[in-house]
Amino acid sequence: MITLDHVDKTIGELPVLEAVSLRVRKGQFVCLVGPSGCGKTTLLKCIAGLRTYQGEIRIDERLSQGVNPMIGYVFQEFSLFPFLTVGGNMEFGLKIQKVPRKERNDIVRSLIDLFLLQGFETAYPHELSGGMQKKVAIARALATDPEILLMDEPFVSLDAQTRNMLQKELLRIWQKTHKTILFVTHNVDEAVFLADKVMVLTRRPATIKSEFPIDLERERDRTSSEFVSVRKEILRELEEEYVEQVDKGYKGI
Amino acid sequence: MRTHKVFIVLTFIAAWEVVAVLVNSRFLPSPLLVGATFWGLLSSGALLQHAAVSLARVMAGFLLAIAVGLPLGVLMGWSPKMENFSVIIEMLRPIPPLAWIPLAMLWFGIGFQSKAFIIFIGALFPILSNALLGVRETEPYLVEAGKVLGASDSQILQTIILPNSFPSILEGLRIGLGIAWMCLVAAELTGLKTPLGLGYLIMEARDLGRADTVMAGMIAIGVIGYVMNIALKWMENRLVRWKP
Ligand SMILES: Nc1ncnc2c1ncn2[C@@H]1O[C@H](COP(=O)(O)OP(=O)(O)O)[C@@H](O)[C@H]1O
Ligand SMILES: [Mg+2]
Repeated sequence: MITLDHVDKTIGELPVLEAVSLRVRKGQFVCLVGPSGCGKTTLLKCIAGLRTYQGEIRIDERLSQGVNPMIGYVFQEFSLFPFLTVGGNMEFGLKIQKVPRKERNDIVRSLIDLFLLQGFETAYPHELSGGMQKKVAIARALATDPEILLMDEPFVSLDAQTRNMLQKELLRIWQKTHKTILFVTHNVDEAVFLADKVMVLTRRPATIKSEFPIDLERERDRTSSEFVSVRKEILRELEEEYVEQVDKGYKGI
Repeated sequence: MRTHKVFIVLTFIAAWEVVAVLVNSRFLPSPLLVGATFWGLLSSGALLQHAAVSLARVMAGFLLAIAVGLPLGVLMGWSPKMENFSVIIEMLRPIPPLAWIPLAMLWFGIGFQSKAFIIFIGALFPILSNALLGVRETEPYLVEAGKVLGASDSQILQTIILPNSFPSILEGLRIGLGIAWMCLVAAELTGLKTPLGLGYLIMEARDLGRADTVMAGMIAIGVIGYVMNIALKWMENRLVRWKP
């Protein structure tokens, strides 16, 4: 479980996060949507222990202090280690934890199967498509079996088809592994398709603007009237942030 | 393409032959004569002996440059505090290695140490600054990816930053070795204790007015430099299979 209580973050003079409070229950899939540059990445990095902040972040009731092995992280960028193979990337965290080789091999093999990457174990990242690289990045984060997965716009630079395919695959893996997932995106369609709950962030400095429980049955039909109406509602919320940004003469990012 | 290049080389040699015949001077020997001299030096073993001595001098300076330049470059790329020292590097770097020769002679005389020092200076800067750049240009998200997977600072340096900068480091070694080789020959031209080395071979031949031997020596220097470069390139490609 992730709990944030009035988390503030200032970078230099720039307030980026302001009194962010939220809760993600164990096994829940929560999406954060917010305008570009509002502070989504910063928020995730604070939770991951990669940034300092004011306020309280708790992981399973315990105050977070620095990097936490219970948290896996998928970066916005293509962040695989280019000098390691697919297998090498997946076992990186295991090696750090000094897991014996045999066990590492077993875990890598099961991840390869889980992510349908058979035949690519010894390929280098640059030999993979963008979608496959993202899958390996998710697998790398899951290898050490963290309870929580933080995902920062993981599918943002992919084409629509690959994106939809990976969303389905992620849901399959989530349902199989029962991870707690906090997923950042600026794509409302993606959020409604994936999440148990969607939280909308304001423009910078980010704070929680509103919450939408998504009670639609899975697997969700993007064209159903319920789906479309929730989507519209969230989109309207989000657009307010963009409009105000323009009104106030912000350039945005 | 290949036949094209062979044709150009043959044309060049033919033109040289024609000019040599027309000029008819012992200071412009024909390619045939140079070839024969080269073959003579090679088969007598003299050329190999000179080359071996030159290579030993290069390796001494080059290894010293690696021993100093690599750790220093990595450290300066890794720690923002150490990076301030790059001011000194930037100040020394534009001075051509050959401008250090007089100082080298004052400090170390004209022996082995003096040659090794010149080579050290020549090879140091490319090795150091390529290591520095490789380390500094490691994407921050790769470092953070290591952090969230539990790696400590020294693990991040060893398992992420160093392998990621490896291509840049190798490139620095290749450039450094090339410069070292060029510096060596120039340094040998300025005088030696032991009458050996390709630079010595050339200078001695000049004193004897033997342009053919001078040219044969020049060819040997060029060929060795070329082969070293190719060999390191080949190594680079073998060792860095992961580069797109
Ligand atoms: N290291 C940094 N230095 C200065 N400004 C930063 C830094 N990191 C983020 N910012 C600023 O903080 C704001 C939020 O950034 P970010 O969290 O990346 O937004 P998002 O992920 O929502 O697009 C942006 O305006 C960005 O320019
Ligand atoms: Mg971002």
